[in-house]
Amino acid sequence: MQLAANIAVLAAIYALISCGYVLIYRVSRVLSLAHGELMMLGAYGLAATASLFAGQPLVAVAVSAALALLVGVLVYALLMRRMTGESVLAAVLTTIALGILLRGAMVLAFGTQTRYPLRELGWANASIALGESARISAAGLVLVLGTAAVYAALFVFLRSTRWGIRMRAAGQNPLLAAQRGIRLHGVYALAWGLATFTGGMAGMLIACDAGIEATMVTIGLKAFPAALVGGLDSLLGALLGSLIIAGAEVLLISYVSPLLSDVVPFFVLLAMLVVRPWGLFGTREELDRV
Amino acid sequence: MSPPRASGHFRTRYEADLAWVETRTQKAWLAILAVGLIVFPLVAGAFLLDLANQVLLVSVGAVALMLLTGFAGQISLGHAGLLAAGAFTTGILFKEFGSPFWVTLPASAAVGAVIGLVFGLPSLRLRGLYLAVSTLALHFLVIHAGQEYETRRGHSTGVVIDPPSIAGWSLQDPRAWYFVLLAASIATVLFSLNLLRSKTGRAWRAIHGREGVAAALGIDVTWAKLSAFVVSCTITSVAGCLFAYYRGFVSAEAFSLFLTIQYVATVIIGGIGSILGALLGTVFVVLFPYAIEALMSALGFADRLSSLIFAINHAAFGLAMIAFLLFEPQGLVGIWRRVQAWFLLWPFKQRPLGK
Repeated sequence: MQLAANIAVLAAIYALISCGYVLIYRVSRVLSLAHGELMMLGAYGLAATASLFAGQPLVAVAVSAALALLVGVLVYALLMRRMTGESVLAAVLTTIALGILLRGAMVLAFGTQTRYPLRELGWANASIALGESARISAAGLVLVLGTAAVYAALFVFLRSTRWGIRMRAAGQNPLLAAQRGIRLHGVYALAWGLATFTGGMAGMLIACDAGIEATMVTIGLKAFPAALVGGLDSLLGALLGSLIIAGAEVLLISYVSPLLSDVVPFFVLLAMLVVRPWGLFGTREELDRV
Repeated sequence: MSPPRASGHFRTRYEADLAWVETRTQKAWLAILAVGLIVFPLVAGAFLLDLANQVLLVSVGAVALMLLTGFAGQISLGHAGLLAAGAFTTGILFKEFGSPFWVTLPASAAVGAVIGLVFGLPSLRLRGLYLAVSTLALHFLVIHAGQEYETRRGHSTGVVIDPPSIAGWSLQDPRAWYFVLLAASIATVLFSLNLLRSKTGRAWRAIHGREGVAAALGIDVTWAKLSAFVVSCTITSVAGCLFAYYRGFVSAEAFSLFLTIQYVATVIIGGIGSILGALLGTVFVVLFPYAIEALMSALGFADRLSSLIFAINHAAFGLAMIAFLLFEPQGLVGIWRRVQAWFLLWPFKQRPLGK
């Protein structure tokens, strides 16, 4: 039962981060490898607003969420906008370089000590009992519920709202969408904003659970196989991929060896690439694009 | 593409077409370069010598990556994994069997070839992004294998290796290392230039351009892709072996994703599709942190920010990469060619059409 709780929390983390990967890829066909660093930026943002709005934790959370959205839009407007149309390698390397820049800048701005935003917010991370044998932390529970809420909201957004349909159209055929009158730059900026928002949320919740450390970026990198296993342009696939990878990781850590934790997502990824490179629910034609 | 020339140059024999250096100017520059390279360690101080050694060491791996990504067009994000493979082979053979360098060097090359084959297999089905991701995944597997060895054998901080020795004389002096690394670097460059002129090199350029057309022309695409991976990874593995001996120390933490990104940066910043680009990119990437440090002390920040030097390096490196990707897609080689053209064509700016 405890294993199930652990798997649920880890899967929620991976799902929340990989929906960022999927959103950006689906809409603009760019693979953003800076997501781990953007996630950490969200966590640091929470720590900053927590100390800024000391005594008003809800305001701090709302402000840092809004900031994450803004940062995503800015990243697109200032950087990724110029890389549209360039080769795959150039766009991916730009995001990698952005990640490196952000990591250096974060150490410069916030120092290297571990920070605990939850304490600065003034809330406690209670341990909640599930049944007789399992416990889950409050932050973990919020993670699971929050991920479900985010995914439900995204499904509704993409399916029924105007901007959501525009995003799907731009993802399917940018040229036709542009000729139809859809503002591609606006759609891409919105995608980046939403992706950074969800990534920032994941970062904030992980920071509430475990504090902000440099190892947070590796979690972002490990969520990437989850997005790929499910299919890089499918939200449902990201959810399923996260469950598979989180399940494999927790089970193998518990029963085989704790050292495997960093490698298991990539094992699963390799297996998937050999068998079905476009993932469980991805569209097949992506494979042949160079 | 032939380099711009100040005056007309006409070949009168077939051998001249195949020659590496033809004109007297080229031969003169080559002689000056050779003299400079040989005299350098005798006049340079210890710090400059160390810098030169680092540049030469990185250049071997950078040229290998340029062959794979720049010429054959196979994106590989697993470079640090190959370096780790070579370094760990050396470390394991030394620690377990006490092997001398004339055993570990070929062993590293063999291990590199085998791992290169494994890295190359996904390229037969995948392209571009997915290929990069598969090489990334394989990189993590190799690093994990290295970490497993370290923990199982109790060398959790890393494996210490003695410097290579022949008949009692061990290679420790930086000047001796300079000549060894210079020889390795020159060998790699000459080998690569020759390989690119051969049938294999042409096959690589063909699959980089248009894979379908290459296949239609009768080029064996499978063989071209696999040979690109195997050759590049063998050279990189040998570079890893040299790494291990030069540092005297092998540990899995040294082979992070950031190391791969630095090597990819040498290729991108140098300019894709040019061996000279790999060398220029190497010089840039290796000297960049030192330049930042010098800039900081010149600006007077050195004492206040010395604890943050690593973060500043990181941020500046990211910024430099972004600047090159946005504003200078042809890299340092593009700048070099523009400067060359400016000098050779003055007072004209453009080359005449058709030349």
